[in-house]
Amino acid sequence: MGEGASVVPQPPPLTPALSQRERGNRLGLMLTVLFDGVAYGMVLFILACGLAVTLGLMNLVNLAHGAFAMAGGYAAVVLVNRWGLPFLLALPLAFLASAVLGAVLERTLYVHIYARSHFEQVLFSIGLVFIAVAITDYFAGSQQVFVNVPDFLRARFEVAGVSVGAYRLLIIVICAVVALAIHLVLAHTRFGSRLRAAVDDPRVARGLGINVNLIFAVTFAVGSGLAGLGGALGAEILGLDPSFPLKFMIYFLIVVTVGGTASISGAFLASLLLGIADVAGKYYVPEVGAFVIYCVMVAVLIWRPQGLFGRVRLR
Amino acid sequence: MTLALETVELRRNFGALAVTDNVSLKIPVGARHALIGPNGAGKTTLINLLTGVLRPSSGRILLGDEDITAYSPDRRVRRGLARTFQINQLFADMRVLENLGVAVHERRGMGSTWWRRARAEADVLELAGRFGLTQVLEQRVADLSYGQQRLVEIALAFACRPRVMLLDEPAAGVPEAEREDILAVVAALPEDVTVLLIEHDMDLVFRFARSMSVLVAGAVLVEGSPAEVAANPRVREVYLGEGGHG
Amino acid sequence: MRRWGEWVFWVVVAAAYFLLPSRSMLIAEIATTALFALSLDLVLGYAGILSLGHAAFFGLGAYAAGIAAKNGYGDPLLGLALAAAVAAAVGAVTSLLVLRGSDLTRLMVTLGVASILYELANRLSWLTGGADGLQDMDVGPVLGRFDFDLGGRVAAAYCLIVLFLAFLFVRLLVRSPFGWSLRAIRGNALRASAIGVPVNRRLIAAYTVGAGLAGIAGALLAQSTQFVSLDVLAFHRSADILLVLVIGGVGWLYGGLVGAVVFKLMQDLLSQLTPQYWELWIGLLLIAIVLVGRERITALFRPHAAPAPAE
Repeated sequence: MGEGASVVPQPPPLTPALSQRERGNRLGLMLTVLFDGVAYGMVLFILACGLAVTLGLMNLVNLAHGAFAMAGGYAAVVLVNRWGLPFLLALPLAFLASAVLGAVLERTLYVHIYARSHFEQVLFSIGLVFIAVAITDYFAGSQQVFVNVPDFLRARFEVAGVSVGAYRLLIIVICAVVALAIHLVLAHTRFGSRLRAAVDDPRVARGLGINVNLIFAVTFAVGSGLAGLGGALGAEILGLDPSFPLKFMIYFLIVVTVGGTASISGAFLASLLLGIADVAGKYYVPEVGAFVIYCVMVAVLIWRPQGLFGRVRLR
Repeated sequence: MTLALETVELRRNFGALAVTDNVSLKIPVGARHALIGPNGAGKTTLINLLTGVLRPSSGRILLGDEDITAYSPDRRVRRGLARTFQINQLFADMRVLENLGVAVHERRGMGSTWWRRARAEADVLELAGRFGLTQVLEQRVADLSYGQQRLVEIALAFACRPRVMLLDEPAAGVPEAEREDILAVVAALPEDVTVLLIEHDMDLVFRFARSMSVLVAGAVLVEGSPAEVAANPRVREVYLGEGGHG
Repeated sequence: MRRWGEWVFWVVVAAAYFLLPSRSMLIAEIATTALFALSLDLVLGYAGILSLGHAAFFGLGAYAAGIAAKNGYGDPLLGLALAAAVAAAVGAVTSLLVLRGSDLTRLMVTLGVASILYELANRLSWLTGGADGLQDMDVGPVLGRFDFDLGGRVAAAYCLIVLFLAFLFVRLLVRSPFGWSLRAIRGNALRASAIGVPVNRRLIAAYTVGAGLAGIAGALLAQSTQFVSLDVLAFHRSADILLVLVIGGVGWLYGGLVGAVVFKLMQDLLSQLTPQYWELWIGLLLIAIVLVGRERITALFRPHAAPAPAE
C-alpha cells in the first residue's frame, strides 16, 4: 500500500490482565480499526465502481482506470495547493476534470477497442497507463505529493472510546452519499433503467431505441469522474505519486473480481470487506498484513470464481 | 434388448421453470431415433444435459449400463457418447486434417503425447474418405463452404468412434446444393452406432428415423414410429400450421 | 516459418555471436528475453491464457538460481534445473486457480501471484537481499570448464545454447499431438471438450511448462549478470514481455524470438537517446499496435497469421 499518512492507529502495550477500562480500550481500538477500514473501503469503492460498471456494461477491460484517479488526485493538488481553492470545492472539480478527460478519451480512443478481444484491451490500457505515468512524472516529478487539507479536517476526536479522524469521517460521509446517489440513479431514473437494460443485453436495448453509445459514453465519463473523486479524496490516506495507477491497479481489480461485475452493491460490499480486511490485517498482524487482501481474493475465487455477486459468465 | 442410452426422470430447472421435465428416454442399441418439437421445447437443453455441458437438477443418465450423470463432457466422449452442434463448432484456423487429427489422437489415447510429431494417421484418411473430405484435407476449415464444414462437424463426432451419436439438426443452414451430401452421410452411419437425431425437418425425420419422440415444453408428449406419431392428433395440434415441413 | 527461413535465422544468430564480441552482454540479454517470451507464447499463444504476471516465474527462477549460487551451489546447470523445478511447481499449483473463472479472474490471479511474490521477496530480505538485491553470487563455470568472463562471451554462448535447446523442445511440443490439442483448445474449447480433450489437464500442463521455461530464463539472467534485484518480479517485466510477444507475433514459434530482438535493439537505441521516457515510448507503441491491428503487422512475417487468443 502507499506510503501516505498513517492508515492504522498504533497498538497499545500489552498487559496480562485486563481491567474493565482496559477491556473497553481493546474494544475501542477494534472499533477504531473498523472505522478506518470502512473509510479505506469506501475510497476503494468510489475508485473501483467505475471500473466495475465499464467492465460489466461494456465488457471493457480498462487497466488504465487508475490513471483517471491519479488525474483527479493531481487536479486536487493543483487546485488546493497552487490556486488556493477550498478543499471541499476542489473535490467536485476533481470529479469534473476526470470526467471530462474520460469523455474525451472514450470518444477518441476507447471507442476503437470496444469490439476487440480482452487481450487487445489489456495491451491498450497498459499502454495508456505507461503514457499517463510518464507524462505525470515529467510534469510533476516522481516524489509523493500531498493535498493541503484544511485544519478542521486534520482533527481527531474520541467518541465512546473510538478514535475518529475527521478526514476519514468526511470520506465515509461523502462516499456514502455518492453510493446512495448511484443507487438512486440506477434504480429510479430513466437513465438508470436504460443503463441496466443496456448492461443486460445491448443488442436488444438498441432495438428498443436506447442510444447505447451515448450511455456507454456517459457511463465511462461518470466512472472516470468518480475515480477522480476517489483519487482526490484518497490522496491523503493512500499516497499520490506518478506510479499510483500501477500500484493500485491490482486493488481495483481485486474489488471488481471479488465483487463480481453484475452489480454495484457487489462492488460496494467487496470494497468494504477488502478495506476492513486490509486495515485490520496490517494492524493485528503487521508482518503479513499486506498479504491479507490477496488471501481474501484467493479464498473468494476458490469458493466462487465469478465473484461474490457475479453472474456466471461463459467467457 | 439392451439400451444404448437411457435417461431416468431427467429434470432441469431454470428458476421455477422446468426446461426439461421428467424426461425418460429409452433408446435401444442401433436405433435411429429422432427427437422433434417446436421451438423452445428444450431439445438443445436435453442434448446439453446428455453431453454434460449442463448439470441436471435431478434424474440420471445411463450410457449402456454405466451411470454417466456425474461425468465431465470429455469423459462421456471417452465412454462413447459424441455430439454435433446445431451451429458448426470447429477449429476454424486449423486444417481439416488437424481437426480430425485431434479427435483421433484423443480416441487413441495419444492426446498428451508430446515427444513426437503429429502426422496424418490412417484413421484420419479413412474418415476423410468416408465423409468426402479427402480433397480438402490440407485446407483451413474456415476456407471451406458451409456444407463442407458441416461434413467436418459430423466427421469430428464420428472420429470419436462413439457408440451413441447425438446429431443436433445436421442439415441446418446447409444450402440446397449440399444437403444431399449431409443426408447421405447420416444415412451411411454404421448400424452398430446408435443415432439420436434432433430435427425440425420432417422430411429428414421420415427418411431416416425408425422411431421418434415429440418434446413439448420440456416433456415427452408422444413416442412411436414416425407414421404413428404423424397420425397422432395431439401432435398435429402442437404443430398446427407447420404442415409437414420444419 | 519456412524451413530455409529457420536455418537462416539460426545461422544469423550464430554469426552475430562470433562477429560481434563487443555486444556479447546484449546478445545474452536478447537470448534471455527471447526464452522468456517463448515461455509466455506457450501460455498465451498456444494455451490462450491471458497472463499479466508471467514475471512471477521469471523472478522465481532468478532467485532460485541466485540463492543457490550464493549458498555454495554455483553450478549453472544445477541452477537451471532448480529454477525450472521451482517455477514449474509454483506454476502447477497456481494453474488450478488460474483456470477457474473468466479472463478477468485470470488477469487477477496472475497479477496477484506476481504481486505476492514481489512482496515476499521484498520482505524476506535475509534470503533475497530485499530492495538491495541479491549479491555475492558465486556462479561456477559452465560444464566445469567455461568460467563466466567479464566480457560476457561465455554468458552469451551459454544463453544462446540454452535458448536453442529450449526452442527445439517447444517446437517439438507444439507439433506433437499435445500441441495440436492445445491449439484446438485455444480455437474452440467447447468443441475440444466435446471430442474428448481433457481441457483443464492440458492447460495445466501447458501453464506448468511455460512457467518452468520462464524460470530457466530468469536463472539465465541471474547467472549471466551475477545479480538479482526485485525488478525481476516487477509488473513492468510482465508488461514488457507481453509487448515483446505482440511485436513478434503471438501463437507463432518465432514470435518471441523476433520480438525480443526488435524490442531489445529498440531499448538499446532509445536508452542512449532518451532514457527517462522509455515508458512513454512503450505506451505509445502498445497503443499503436492495438489500433493499427497486430494482424496487419505480423502478417508481413508469416504465411498464416494466428488470431488473437480466444476470448
